[in-house]
Amino acid sequence: MTTVTTSAPKTETSAGAASDKDTAWKPKIVAFLCNWCSYTGADLAGVSRLKWSPYVRVIRVMCSGRMDPTFVLEAFRKGADGVIVSGCHPGDCHYVEGNYKAMRRVHLIRRLLIDYGVDPRRLKLTWVSASEGDIWAEVTNEMAETIKSLGPLRLEK
Amino acid sequence: MSESAEKQSSDPAPAAAKPKLALYWAASCGGCEIAVLDIEEKILDVAANFDIVFWPVAMDFKTKDVEAMEDGEITLCLFNGAIRNDDNEYMAKLLRRKAKVLVAFGSCACEGCIPALSNATSKKETFDWVYHKSPSTDNAEGVEPQIKTKVNGFDLELPKFWETVRSLDQIVDVDYYVPGCPPQAHQIWAVLETVIDILKNGKPLPPKGTVLGAGQKTVCDECPRTREEKKIKKFFRPHEIIPDPDKCLLDQGILCMGPATRDGCDARCPSVCMPCRGCYGLPPNSRDQGAKMISALASVIDSEDPEEVDKILDGIVDPIGSFYRFSLAKATLGRKLTQRPETPQAQPQLEEVAK
Repeated sequence: MTTVTTSAPKTETSAGAASDKDTAWKPKIVAFLCNWCSYTGADLAGVSRLKWSPYVRVIRVMCSGRMDPTFVLEAFRKGADGVIVSGCHPGDCHYVEGNYKAMRRVHLIRRLLIDYGVDPRRLKLTWVSASEGDIWAEVTNEMAETIKSLGPLRLEK
Repeated sequence: MSESAEKQSSDPAPAAAKPKLALYWAASCGGCEIAVLDIEEKILDVAANFDIVFWPVAMDFKTKDVEAMEDGEITLCLFNGAIRNDDNEYMAKLLRRKAKVLVAFGSCACEGCIPALSNATSKKETFDWVYHKSPSTDNAEGVEPQIKTKVNGFDLELPKFWETVRSLDQIVDVDYYVPGCPPQAHQIWAVLETVIDILKNGKPLPPKGTVLGAGQKTVCDECPRTREEKKIKKFFRPHEIIPDPDKCLLDQGILCMGPATRDGCDARCPSVCMPCRGCYGLPPNSRDQGAKMISALASVIDSEDPEEVDKILDGIVDPIGSFYRFSLAKATLGRKLTQRPETPQAQPQLEEVAK
């Protein structure tokens, strides 16, 4: 209870300005990152205290090639407005060719999204290595901007 | 004499107590009904073991006959067809009440099938085409079906046409599924035989939700063609290529849904050089037939260059219709966006990927 009372004035002080902000729609972006490059890269972005979009939720997979198309579709179905798939740079895959498979899947899923009337920019594919924390920050910020401009994805079930 | 005559007339009593069978079609083509007759002379065994109480395509029973029955009076109802209007919904709910065991029979009832392809468009677009734009339409006054109309002073009511086509289990509780477009005759008989065995010999029912009359693997597992390591450089539509009679069709670049389709059909289409279209629905342990196919295809396209990949993918002319030809009602993403369509880009952002 005490925490509620102490935190109450805090929200009230910012309430005037922030009430709109709090109720405003915020994009939900799900990111599937490979264990060996991109997840480590995102970790580096955090350790380096880089500012990257708070709208991105990270899910670690062993390889971007592990990213089953069902994951992407399921993410959209469950309320994601955008999905990022990120793996090692071409040629650097820990499992030799998993990232190429991810690339081909993303290309094909985008075509399916177009058929669904969903903007294909909602699915982004990037390559981020373990040393590219800054690029990860850039990718997420860019994606957040794209999704904000597209607005919420309201699937009809 | 009269006594024995009475006895005789009462003799058929056990026959009248035969389990009751109903067959119904909702949004379907009628192929499933024909498929039931494809079991040939065994249909006589069906008649011998069941009392057919409702089968609009073949026998003269009316909806009110079903309405008059007790709840649960029908032992088995084979329901084919998707649900795409109010009437389909009413009949699905009615038969669910009256039947002890309701079976989604055929791809339409299981997963939406061809009728559900209209989920890739909208009701408005469908009506525009059917009643106005199609070349064979002669409709100068622009008449469209109305739910209520007055004809010669009488009120005529038509069932409401839905925006989205549904599978049977999205409307009512379904006990078992028999996939296929249509289910193959030998599988239908296998299912009916199982049911008769259960009824006669008191065998336990399979667990609810079981897919009957189908296998536990994929079409590839029963396909007689020889498979090698797949490397696809170009996709061909069936009319663009004369396929090798013995080699895997997908190996030859023909979009065959075998890897993402449940077996049970004896791989009939690939056996005669036609690619599998996916009518037996999604294989066991998967959630989305289209996603499974995308996954399989992406693994075998033979290119690591994004631009070349896109060129190869251009050979798939209708992704949603190819990957979900029979399962769009059950697709993860649901139906096409209609309320607030986004402006789809002609081409995915390739430069961005290449980076």
